[in-house]
Amino acid sequence: MTELLRVEHLNKAYGEVPVLQDISFTVNTGEVQVVLGPSGSGKSTLIRCLNGLEPYQSGTIYFQGQKVDPTPKNWQLLRQKIGMVFQSYDLFPNLNIMDNITLGPIKVQKQSKATAQKEALRLLDTVGLADYTAKFPRELSGGQKQRIAIVRALALHPDFMLFDEVTASLDPEMVRGVLEIMANLAKQKMTMIVVTHEMNFAQQIADNVLFLDDGHILESTPGKDFFTNPQTDRAKEFLQSMDF
Amino acid sequence: MSWQIIQQSLPMFQKGFILTLQMSALGILGAIILGLMCSLCQYFKIPVLKQIVGAYIELSRNTPLLIQLFFIYYGLPGIGLKLSAYTCGIIGLIFLGGSYMAEGFSGGFDGIPNSQIESGKAIGLSQGQLTRYVVFPQGFALSIPALAANIIFLIKETSIFTVIAIPELTNTALDLIGLYYHTNEYLLVLVVGYAIILIPLSIILTWLERRIRYGTFGD
Ligand SMILES: Nc1ncnc2c1ncn2[C@@H]1O[C@H](COP(=O)(O)OP(=O)(O)OP(=O)(O)O)[C@@H](O)[C@H]1O
Ligand SMILES: [Mg+2]
Repeated sequence: MTELLRVEHLNKAYGEVPVLQDISFTVNTGEVQVVLGPSGSGKSTLIRCLNGLEPYQSGTIYFQGQKVDPTPKNWQLLRQKIGMVFQSYDLFPNLNIMDNITLGPIKVQKQSKATAQKEALRLLDTVGLADYTAKFPRELSGGQKQRIAIVRALALHPDFMLFDEVTASLDPEMVRGVLEIMANLAKQKMTMIVVTHEMNFAQQIADNVLFLDDGHILESTPGKDFFTNPQTDRAKEFLQSMDF
Repeated sequence: MSWQIIQQSLPMFQKGFILTLQMSALGILGAIILGLMCSLCQYFKIPVLKQIVGAYIELSRNTPLLIQLFFIYYGLPGIGLKLSAYTCGIIGLIFLGGSYMAEGFSGGFDGIPNSQIESGKAIGLSQGQLTRYVVFPQGFALSIPALAANIIFLIKETSIFTVIAIPELTNTALDLIGLYYHTNEYLLVLVVGYAIILIPLSIILTWLERRIRYGTFGD
């Protein structure tokens, strides 16, 4: 197994308040790392640090064996390789679906429009939205928007995907479709870090679970064990609170 | 009220009308360009320029156009810069309008949710690309109502040009009244003159506002 991402002793505070403390973990290529933890434990902050949206005070991130020099310029280049999908989709309202998806490939990766559009269509087809290219985000349901947001991130052919509670704002009937897409990605051996409150889904896809509490990693346990046999009392309580 | 007096004055008013339109157009165009540049300096927090822009905006917004015009028209020749009244008027309008437009644009840029900026960054856009494809189109649409109000405001402000003897609409009316004392007739033409510019313009601007808003955000 090759290592894709390694985080060592990451510390992050908002002002005086520590939010992440001494975070260390490794993600191997093709692996799904699920991050669980109570609200406010630092899950979003952690994955935002991993693509440079949040600065951190100390610690080192290695990406594909290379130490990341956390300058804005470096992060900008790295973000092509690290796809991120947010809870609130955040499609660009001023662009239609095709342009939302191809903006990155065309402008950032300098692909030709024809190539980018062909790939966008292929990806849209895999999420069942090939007929939506000319529509605008406002014309889509939440679930459709989130599927487009995933396609927008995938269009850059990232080596690695970050998902931050991508189903949390969706109506229950929309959740399944989005989770299926993520499960498919996992099956295709996409490396991902997934923050979710969908415990059944987490159990289904997690190769490993990082359990975060109050800015610390309380445990890092293989997915097959975490849900049946968590090591810490906090994790047990957490699973119970999730009715799991 | 004499129809004949009104009719006789129309050719002069026509000249004033055209001058008002011309100077408004140039002044507003200049103000929009200046305002956009200022707001971008502020949005990107460009060192030094940001402070200069801040000082300019305070100065421009907190002094009357009348005083600004006097300064440009009577003050600048003191340092060897003698400009025609026409040029002074346009410069004055740009100086005043630039700050209003800057604040209009800034309001729009600030109205873009941070999550939009982050999702742009997340697909690897550079700062420049982010501005070009995300910040500017959305910020522009959001700032249109303020810009439209400023356009109307600046056109009305051109009436102050009369103090440096620019023969625009108001000046024409005041001149004619001074010469022939037909106050009612000339004031009526003056009011109608401004109404012909401002009423259709504000209808067009409202329509444009809706169009651009709809085109950008779909509501
Ligand atoms: N911009 C900010 N400024 C100050 N404090 C912040 C900021 N963002 C988050 N925090 C704090 O950092 C801590 C971790 O927040 P974070 O959003 O990472 O938690 P989370 O685990 O993702 O929670 P949730 O499950 O509710 O999404 C919280 O205590 C939160 O209040
Ligand atoms: Mg969160």
